[in-house]
Parts: sequence; structure tokens; C-alpha cells
Amino acid sequence: MVQLTLPKNSKITEGKTWPRPARATHVRELKIYRWNPDDGNNPTIDTYSIDLDDCGPMVLDAVIYIKNNIDPTLTFRRSCREGVCGSCSMNIDGQNTLACTKAMDEVKGPIRVYPLPHQPVIKDLVPDLSNFYAQYAAIEPWLKTSTPEPEKEWKQSHEDRAKLDGLYECILCACCSTSCPSYWWNSERYLGPAALLQAQRWLIDSRDEKTGERLDDLEDPFRLYRCHTIMNCAKACPKGLNPAKAIAEIKIQMVERQL
Amino acid sequence: MGIGRMSAPLARVRGLGAAKAGTDAFWRQRLTAVANIPLTIGFVLILVSLLGRSYPAVKQILGSPLVAIVMLGFFVSITWHMRLGMQVIIEDYIHNERIKIALIMANTFFAFAVALACAFAILKLSFGV
Repeated sequence: MVQLTLPKNSKITEGKTWPRPARATHVRELKIYRWNPDDGNNPTIDTYSIDLDDCGPMVLDAVIYIKNNIDPTLTFRRSCREGVCGSCSMNIDGQNTLACTKAMDEVKGPIRVYPLPHQPVIKDLVPDLSNFYAQYAAIEPWLKTSTPEPEKEWKQSHEDRAKLDGLYECILCACCSTSCPSYWWNSERYLGPAALLQAQRWLIDSRDEKTGERLDDLEDPFRLYRCHTIMNCAKACPKGLNPAKAIAEIKIQMVERQL
Repeated sequence: MGIGRMSAPLARVRGLGAAKAGTDAFWRQRLTAVANIPLTIGFVLILVSLLGRSYPAVKQILGSPLVAIVMLGFFVSITWHMRLGMQVIIEDYIHNERIKIALIMANTFFAFAVALACAFAILKLSFGV
């Protein structure tokens, strides 16, 4: 059954309030989810104050500021700090997004930062995305052909290349899948918006020759049809993509090939 | 099941493989949804036309061919749609396999029972047995 309440050891308690930076005039408050697998305690919400005059404008800048200047134990993923790598996805002000492209200005009041929802937490803001990555691997995201390989390259017209726009830009940050209630309830069997958007990216590719087999592998009441067009995925995507539309297009192909 | 506590994530995701099904249910849900639009309008119009009429007049109207056909179509389409919708909800939220199968069975029985009872009532009025 769906669990509506958190298990006892996941209940969040009030954490530590860290001191304000000395001599700071522009101060911003962040409330950040903390959980350490080694101390056996429940998760807490720690309150940090940062000096805006000494810190960049993005939420990631603030989190890095805290790690460098206030609390070096704060754990999170980050790499490119410009919305390309998808590492710093987290739940900020109730919305899954990339900390590096989310400006602190966009949030009113204290900035609440949590890990991506409904994934096992490894530590603090770091979720375990093994299942998410396995789902990406399961859709076999590479060109599959039977025709002998051409001497130069697989050709594609400009129009066919344009069909990949809105699909190829996905950076696999998992903001969409972890915002989807259907994915929360059935993440073991539903592939989720990110993997399905990627599946559509290969279904629509004019060079791929295994479209039928790809559709066969998706035709399943859970893998594909758990999508109920809730649209949280499109709302969450920090790259402005629309996974729900990609999923609808997969469903159209499913109906098309049997009517 | 070939999936254990220590199976790799990919083994879990692949699970028992794709069912190669689900499109039928998806299509029928849309089909009945579209059918429900005119049928529900017809059903409401028929109900409104029955307001304030005597019992024999109501029996006669409901038993007349055109009205009976609209009513039968409405009951078949709406119960079919109801069954499909409820099954989706059960699949979404019930993760115990035994309970899930029992509920899907009960849901199908219930939808059929409602459809049969409604159809029987209309046919009885039409054929006046």
C-alpha cells in the first residue's frame, strides 16, 4: 500500500541554528535538510545564515558558501555550476530544480533546500539515483541498426534532425521523475518521465532501425502507461523540456501501430 | 521471481519484462471517454424529460426503442469506463500482489453487475416481460 506517513526514523526534527556571519549587512537564511547515515539520528532541518555580499546569486553559491565558511560537513553534488551537468538537482522552495540555475532572488523568505523527493538518501542532499540510472540504461540509449554501417556517416535530413529538438537537451538531472507522483508510487515498475523522454529521443531518430523493438519493450501497463499526464515533469524540468508530451507521442505510436 | 535483494538495479528495472499489453486498455479508456460525452448528454436529457411524468408514462418512454438504445449504450460505456479507471487506481496504489489481484477481480465483477442490472431493467421495460 501507499505509505502516507513517514517511517519513524525518517521523521524530520528541528536541527541546529548556525551563527550569523560576523559583520554581515545583507543576510539570507537557508533551511537545509541534514541526515547522516553514521550517527543513527533522524533527519534535521539546519538553519544557516549567509552573507549575500560575500556570495554569488544562485542557491548553489549559497550552499557552497555554507560548506566553505560555516559547516564543511554539509554534503551535496555539484560540478559544472551552469546547468549543463545535472548534478546539483535538489528540491528548493518545494520545487525540484538545479541549485546552480535557481537564483536566491526567486525565493521569498528562508530558502528551504531538501534532497530530491522519494529517493533513498545517501547523505544530506545526496539521493541514491541507482534505480533512475538503471531505467535510463534499460531503454538502451544508443543507435541500433541492422543495415551495414555506411562508409562515412549515418545521414539525417535537417527536418529529421529537428525532430530531436526538445529531447536531446535532457541532462538526466532527475528533477522530472522525482517530481512525478506516479513515479513515487511505482518507481520500481514505471520508467518515469526522464527515461521515457530519452526513449522517445531514440524512437523518433530517423537513423535508428529498431523502433518496433523499442516500442515492444515499452508496451507495458507499468513501464509506460503509469503516466497519467499529471505534468509535474514539464513544470519541474530546469531545461524547459516537456517529458509529458514525449510520453504522449510514445502512446500515439503504440495506438498507431495497431489501428 | 528472478529478482533478489542483492540483484543489480538493471535486473530490477527489467523485472519480468514488458507485458506487451496495456495499449488496449489505454485505447478503450479513450474510446469510452469520447462515447460518454454524447451518451451522458442523452442520458441527462432523457432524465429531464421524465420529470413530473406518471409511472406508466415513464415506463413507456424508457421502453421505447430509441430511448432504450441510448440508455443501454450509456450503461455499457460508463461501466466499462468505470472499470478501466478504477483498475488504474488499484494498480497505482495497491502494491501487495494478492490484494491487487483480488481487488481487480472484485472491480470487474462490480462493473459487470452494475451493467447487467441496468441493462436488464431497460430490456424488461422494452420487452415488457
